[in-house]
Amino acid sequence: MTLVRISDDALALACGADEVAAAFAATGCEVERVSSWGMHWLEPLVELDGQGFGPATLGDVGAILDGSSPKAIGPIAEHPFIARQQRLTFARAGKTRPLSLEDYAASGGWRAMDRARAMPPAQVVEEVTASGLRGRGGAGFPAGVKWKTVMDARGPVKYIVCNADEGDSATFADRMLMEGDPFQLLEGMAIAAHAVGAAHGYIYVRSEYPHAIAKLKSAIALAAERVAPFTIELRVGAGAYVCGEETSLLNSIEGKRGEVRAKPPLPALQGLFGCPTAVNNVLTLAAVPHIMAEGGASLYARLGLDRSKGTMPIQLAGNIRHGGLFETAFGISLGELVNDIGGGTASGRPVKAVQVGGPLGAYIHPDQFHLPFDYEAFASADALIGHGGICVFDDSADMGAMARFAFEFCAAESCGKCTPCRIGAVRGGELIDRIRSADAHEADAVETLPQMHNARKTGRSRAEDLQLLEDLCETMQYGSLCALGGFTPYPVRSALRHWPEDFSDGI
Amino acid sequence: MNRPDLDAIIAAHAGVSGALLPLLHDIQQAFGCIDANAEVALANALNLSRAEVHGVASFYHDFTSESDPRPVVQLCRAEACKARGVEAMVPAAEAAAGERVRLTKVYCLGLCSAGPAARIGDQLHARLDAERLIQLVQSA
Repeated sequence: MTLVRISDDALALACGADEVAAAFAATGCEVERVSSWGMHWLEPLVELDGQGFGPATLGDVGAILDGSSPKAIGPIAEHPFIARQQRLTFARAGKTRPLSLEDYAASGGWRAMDRARAMPPAQVVEEVTASGLRGRGGAGFPAGVKWKTVMDARGPVKYIVCNADEGDSATFADRMLMEGDPFQLLEGMAIAAHAVGAAHGYIYVRSEYPHAIAKLKSAIALAAERVAPFTIELRVGAGAYVCGEETSLLNSIEGKRGEVRAKPPLPALQGLFGCPTAVNNVLTLAAVPHIMAEGGASLYARLGLDRSKGTMPIQLAGNIRHGGLFETAFGISLGELVNDIGGGTASGRPVKAVQVGGPLGAYIHPDQFHLPFDYEAFASADALIGHGGICVFDDSADMGAMARFAFEFCAAESCGKCTPCRIGAVRGGELIDRIRSADAHEADAVETLPQMHNARKTGRSRAEDLQLLEDLCETMQYGSLCALGGFTPYPVRSALRHWPEDFSDGI
Repeated sequence: MNRPDLDAIIAAHAGVSGALLPLLHDIQQAFGCIDANAEVALANALNLSRAEVHGVASFYHDFTSESDPRPVVQLCRAEACKARGVEAMVPAAEAAAGERVRLTKVYCLGLCSAGPAARIGDQLHARLDAERLIQLVQSA
């Protein structure tokens, strides 16, 4: 019987993979549902004897089976998009059935956990530290240092929390990992639990990912025996972006409002329910099984650039021709990612801007495409890598509107704890409207109230409004507890710096 | 809101640490909202004040205080979908939705390389153009 492999990743399903799979099954083929290779422009991608066909529609089924399909892309593993990658975290992508324990074990699963459990915890922490693995959620904090803090903390109960609240636009690597290789995440959590001395772990996943939730539920039940005595519980978020921040995430698991907590105390010392807690991103934990395999740590440390070690699953998104998941060692240039690998824009128009690192990341001008993908290099250019999402915009994008949206998003998602974020985001949106408007800049109705003794009573010129915006950005950046208020100025300032002409509508 | 059903949901989470969020999800799912009765019942069961329960329920976008039987189409309006032109489709989609369908904003469905994207129930739809989006709204 002919064996056909089609992904059951949410993106493939959204592009009609179920219908295509059913059509192949109806012709008598055996259909195996596997994880996605991450070549999203080719989904639904059909694999037959290692050969790929995509994007497949119902009308292509016959031609694919008789070998005459014009959608043939040749051997999938040799496709340039795949062959150029260095896949460690996503080594199984496209190759295994996500919920098959058999496939997982046959592809090296659980070996790292068994090896780690035979070692004293301190040695596990040492190996993870030596690998140079840094938190993949955005902050880039060394994972080994965090684990050591939790390991050394006093307390009868400790927790592992997996942050799967992947709310940044242009990111989907956590989702793909949870849907495509959930056991690897559970194995990473079990290793982390052994290292820090935790008996129970939580995965906090966002409610916008129904397929990931379903896969994780099944995976946790299937692997329960294998990871025992460690236990894992799934918690589902409720639509709050700010819960991706680790302290609001902990509050949310505790059943509270997802408000940010002040640090210190660090979650590593007083985290979930007041106990020492290691909070790690999905990709950080999923990188651990590779690192803890025999010799994995030194291999990992040899990859990358300077202090950014190992590989990063980079997500190519937005207006890009070849969008998808591209895992490679740190150090690759932004231009290579966008133009060579991504193939430029999907619309065929020139690239105007790319936003790296989600809604709080800076907009980067093509002039800066030489920037190497590296935490420090991006930081020194007033930008951030964040969770590794790259969102491409073509020349039809209105960067003034995008800057306004950054404030709008911050206002909608602010937890309300810090004044600069809660009120600044609203005022920032109004200010950009004023700057972009051709009307006379009259004094604000509230400012002229008699009780507003210290407020200015006269209108502002455009230059003064721009200065006010700059002041507001500075206040938000330095006066907010977390990255939502603190980083919203990045997209705003970078848009204003590189595309000032987009802020002068009607003038 | 049917009291025995509410009690059964609450009883099912007895002994769970930090049970409020899972409880709110189950109640929203079963009744379509978190109303005053539910808040009082939750407050009693979890030894919280009603204000605390209301504070949590009103914090999260997923929970509503009144049920709305209309079908919901969630349209992603985040950066990656904007880069692929979702904003230009919104007026036509809103016109198609009218009062019959609730067209809501969502910030990211994780389909950012194949936007614009929408979610109806647990069904996801990607690579939308205006025509397809209107069709989805009309058949919702």
